[in-house]
Amino acid sequence: MKALQFEQRPLRYVAAAAAGRLRPGAGATVGPLRLRSIDPPELPGPGWRHIRPRLAGICGSDLSTIDGHSSRYFEPIVSFPFVLGHEVVADRDGVDGSDRVVVEPVLGCVTRGIHPPCDACAAGDLGNCERIAFGALAPGLQTGFCCDTGGGWSTIMAAHDSQLHPVPATMTDEAAVMVEPTACAIHGVLTAGIDDGDTVVVLGAGTLGLLTIAALRRYTPAGVVVAVAKHPVQRELAAALGADVLAEPDEVARAVRRVTGTLAIGDGSITRLTGGADHVIDCVGTEDALAQALAVVRPRGRITLLGMPGRVQVDLTGLWQREIQLAGAYTYGTETLADGTRRRTFDLAFELVEAADLGRLVGPTYPLRRYEEAIAHAAEAGRRGAIKIAFDLRHEKERARR
Amino acid sequence: MTRPGFVLEVDRSTPPVLFHHGEQFRLERLPAGRSRIIYPAEPLEPIRHPEAAIRHALCNPVGDSPPLPALLRPGMRLTIAFDDVSLPLPPMRRPDIRQRIIEQVLDLAAAAGVDDVELIAALALHRRMTESELRHAVGDRVYDAFAPHGLLRNHDAEDPDNLAFIGTTDRGEEVEINKRAAESDLIVYVNINIVSMDGGWKSTATGLASYRSLRHHHNVRTMTHSRSFMDRHRSELHSSNWRMGKVLRDAGVKVFQIETTINNDVFGTEGPLSVLQKWEWTARDRATFLALQKGLDRMPARLRRQVFHSWRAPHAMTSVQAGEVEAVHELTTEHVYRQHLVPVEGQTDILTMGLPYICPYNVNSIMNPILVMCLGLGYFFNLYRGRPPVREGGVLIMSHPTPWAFHPVHHPSYIDFFEQVLAETTDPVEIEQRYEEQYAYDEWYRHLYRTSYAYHGVHPFYMWYWGSHALAHLGQVIVVGGDPRAVRRLGFRPASTLADALEMASDVVGRDATITHLHNPPILMADVT
Repeated sequence: MKALQFEQRPLRYVAAAAAGRLRPGAGATVGPLRLRSIDPPELPGPGWRHIRPRLAGICGSDLSTIDGHSSRYFEPIVSFPFVLGHEVVADRDGVDGSDRVVVEPVLGCVTRGIHPPCDACAAGDLGNCERIAFGALAPGLQTGFCCDTGGGWSTIMAAHDSQLHPVPATMTDEAAVMVEPTACAIHGVLTAGIDDGDTVVVLGAGTLGLLTIAALRRYTPAGVVVAVAKHPVQRELAAALGADVLAEPDEVARAVRRVTGTLAIGDGSITRLTGGADHVIDCVGTEDALAQALAVVRPRGRITLLGMPGRVQVDLTGLWQREIQLAGAYTYGTETLADGTRRRTFDLAFELVEAADLGRLVGPTYPLRRYEEAIAHAAEAGRRGAIKIAFDLRHEKERARR
Repeated sequence: MTRPGFVLEVDRSTPPVLFHHGEQFRLERLPAGRSRIIYPAEPLEPIRHPEAAIRHALCNPVGDSPPLPALLRPGMRLTIAFDDVSLPLPPMRRPDIRQRIIEQVLDLAAAAGVDDVELIAALALHRRMTESELRHAVGDRVYDAFAPHGLLRNHDAEDPDNLAFIGTTDRGEEVEINKRAAESDLIVYVNINIVSMDGGWKSTATGLASYRSLRHHHNVRTMTHSRSFMDRHRSELHSSNWRMGKVLRDAGVKVFQIETTINNDVFGTEGPLSVLQKWEWTARDRATFLALQKGLDRMPARLRRQVFHSWRAPHAMTSVQAGEVEAVHELTTEHVYRQHLVPVEGQTDILTMGLPYICPYNVNSIMNPILVMCLGLGYFFNLYRGRPPVREGGVLIMSHPTPWAFHPVHHPSYIDFFEQVLAETTDPVEIEQRYEEQYAYDEWYRHLYRTSYAYHGVHPFYMWYWGSHALAHLGQVIVVGGDPRAVRRLGFRPASTLADALEMASDVVGRDATITHLHNPPILMADVT
């Protein structure tokens, strides 16, 4: 089968990091990512099956890996070589789309054959699994970063039955491939503890930022939502999905000040606000974004890191002096809603994808052989008028072979 | 006798014409046979002995006013208010006219035994003047005698303890001015009337007022009903100020008005800038200009700005009159017109103009896009009497780099206005209704206005309103050589060259459209019949 495989090649990784700094996405050309013909992954145990990806999205964490920006934090919790791709809609059986599933990629205790499961998995909070480097599988926090499972950027991958969510017949593949990132966004906004009328700033309006805006509107009582968007297509979609105020990255402090009516430190230019937003949800994950979040969140407000950060250097004096909460939000599991009910994040995501027509965020798509082009496009999606770039596996020849 | 302003019909032999372009210049060729250029008058002869003329004016007032010495007595409270940094343009060489006048007024006050004297920069909602700007305006001697004791101050329109509500006009306009001035036995107001809009009751009723008062005439309705605001008798802006003046007078506020006019000597007769003053160039002038242009083009933008803003114009005084406000202002207006009015026959389809580096609100600062709009559509467009030189539905083409750049200290609320308000709408009425109060009462802007050097939060709105008559009159506005993104945010169309702009204009006014070029500065005012 064909697969985009990422190998443990330190020199190539260094080259990717250098290239990625020069041009986002260039790591795909010189780095450890290669299109290969390999055998389908062996099934790791009972409850596992082969599935055939139809669409597989390119996520920010994938790009970070390809361009050599990922933190070394991940080294013990991934296993090489791995096939990338964790945003996946696939055929569970056959190839004609009559039995489609979305993959919930977290490799928790159940997939690893660990009994009894850890406390987090027992509670349904898969994202917090304490055993992602243990059990029947090689280390790997998710499908797409584990050598035993394969990934969505291939024609065949392995998945555990517990990871598969059936796709309603009325849902398009484009919509279905948005379920996984939408679940991330929902988890982020629901863990933030947003109260009625809270002002929320969403930093970044790529896929995750836009989905966060949609999630805020559907699942929280947020008041004014300020979206920080760099590109016209992002601004348009942010407004359509429920943002009240749009600001460019260098306009955010002024925008938040106007919304909240706070004072500001700075003689006309704004160094930081004295008050600010109740919440900032950072969907970017960079040093600048975190600094910006700290500058615009109110004292005792909360910053939720939803975008994947890495090593950053940030002055935390303000966090201390203003008693700001800084918390991460990773993947999904089970959520507690305002009325106290507990629901799987993926179930909520299916609902939101349909309700907000999130399939419209997908495109263009690429075949695997044009992966360098696809990665380059994804790395500059906003600037080139796109949001979610995906691989379209539906027409790959190898797909039909058994 | 100096050469009056005139209109030149462009033919094939007409050389390229100078367009100011911010801190640079462009030479543009206008289409022959359908273009005309309005040139300003040469600088009027200045008064030879300004000190003597001032003394004469103070002692021989016009209108129903005793001479100034007769109004001064021991124990009285005297307030001298003076125009702020927005006048004149560019700032004039020392000694500033305000210094000359204030020194004489103070000499008379001292001679009369007046010892309760305060000086106030009548800046309304403009930014506060810095120490060096105040020193330039009033002179070191006056500054050192008054400022250290808190007796020379910038007007603070947001100081509730230092504002006095005077009353309401018969149209319901509230009059609230500086308390020290209102409670003085006499206000002596010192004007520099660079254009016909300046002076009269506008000096006190606007310069010393608060937002509560200013909002009654600094609004869209007033500006669209002023045809133009440079023509006092057809200006609703002035009618409102005159009504407020009556309220002040009826309440017993006594004003001794001193108005002065200056000539058009902006660039002088020596040095490379002097070519900008001439309408016809010799070969040597042309070479000088090209060297100037090349030098400027090579300079970094920041240095170029610094060079221009350090320029002090050799303006000279052409008249001084003092006494009762309205009588003084009538005379002043005649003198302003004598320098500025140029007879022009009929309107054209297109009006072109090159916008210079400075306007009243960016002295020692950045001409941001909102100020570009205000200078072009507010000031220059309104420099007419009778009718605008461009027909209704016509096209305005102005040349300016229009950078997306702001001076954060001077113009903090402008940045928000540009990022928030203009991103939503450019319609002055909608802007006024939806956003004005939010900005006017914003606590941070208020803080910066009072303690830093920021224009008041509402000021960018006034800049936009200033252009509302032009916005309603014109079919299209095109900016040549501007930052396309900034130009579009203003609601205008960007063009790379004048030729492109004329081509774009043809969509609105046809291919053989007639063109008027306003060769300003030096300042001119089209008297269109």
